[in-house]
Amino acid sequence: MNYIFALLVLISIFFGIINNTLNDVIDSIWLGCKKTLDISLYLIGIMAFWLGVLNIAKKSGLLSLFSKIVTPIIDKIFDELPEKSEIQGNIALNFSANFLGLANAATPFGIAAIKKMQDINVDKTSASNSMCMLLAMNTAGFQLIPATIIAILAANGFKNPQVIILPTFIVTFIAFVSSIIFSKVMQKIYKKQQINENIIKQYDNSEVKKIWN
Amino acid sequence: MELINKFSILILPLIITFIFIYGLIKKTKIYESFVDGAKDGINCAVSIIPYLLAIIVAISMLQASGVFEFVSNKFKIVFDALKIPCDIFPLMIIRSLSGSALLGLVSDIADKFGNDAYITKLAAIMAGSSETTFYVISVYFGAVGIKKVRYALICGLFADFVGIVSAIFITNIFFG
Repeated sequence: MNYIFALLVLISIFFGIINNTLNDVIDSIWLGCKKTLDISLYLIGIMAFWLGVLNIAKKSGLLSLFSKIVTPIIDKIFDELPEKSEIQGNIALNFSANFLGLANAATPFGIAAIKKMQDINVDKTSASNSMCMLLAMNTAGFQLIPATIIAILAANGFKNPQVIILPTFIVTFIAFVSSIIFSKVMQKIYKKQQINENIIKQYDNSEVKKIWN
Repeated sequence: MELINKFSILILPLIITFIFIYGLIKKTKIYESFVDGAKDGINCAVSIIPYLLAIIVAISMLQASGVFEFVSNKFKIVFDALKIPCDIFPLMIIRSLSGSALLGLVSDIADKFGNDAYITKLAAIMAGSSETTFYVISVYFGAVGIKKVRYALICGLFADFVGIVSAIFITNIFFG
């Protein structure tokens, strides 16, 4: 991420000089700051609400129940999650929300999952295989209906915007599947990231399991 | 279509109702649980802000610098050779970077070329199948303080690339 950040900033300034847009580039820094705060304020509210609701589901045991149902599918894609934990449930919620186009619910569920993954990660500054897989699933943009784009087309007077639903679905499906496969392949190529087996064992004996049995 | 619309409006209230009723049946302290969870949510969202700031400022600088127009002109020959409309190029890049800018571009293309144009449909499909990879990575990894992303970014960009190529391909099949 170091090089990418530096690269983005330096390219911008370089092209700012070449294209004589340096003033715009500098102005865009302040605009970017303002935009970040706008997004952050929104994110704080949304995250608080959904993690609140998620916590009710967790305390009532609903999340564990849901996890149990989806575990067989999730464990085919992720291979180093603790058994019978809430992570599988969180991942499934994240996926379902993305799939249904509920982006603002998907992020908090995904964050809840990645936080659990960080618990069993050894090097806390480096991403684990499960995290990369979660990101692969999220960056592919798999969804049933591209609602915003349809709304924009409709607003522009496009007669029947729903004609793009099926082709778009096929495209995101291809991207989604190849992203998962690619992540699996990269997992083998990259230097192994340690995960903490002890904490995984603890998970198996934790309260989660008591609710389970 | 009608049915799908109704479904997507109903799904959120249904999920929330179900979680609350299940909580009540199981005699969960709903209010305390909600407030506790929300507190975590706020802390987490605040810890993401620096990561978001870095990526959003960098991308907004990039857009202002005019680098997209520059690269787009350079690639014109390649695009012509592949029979892909050159005006789609900025959209290919933006779709991994910024959601709001992407919607603006789709709107621009629809205005410029008309709704029946092939490029408008291509733009819509390419935009509809996209996810802002850089934003997603900074939010998720920001939340847990991950600085070494390992292969997550390559993987995200690979998915974007596959998305672009298959969008061109599929649009051709459906509307070409």
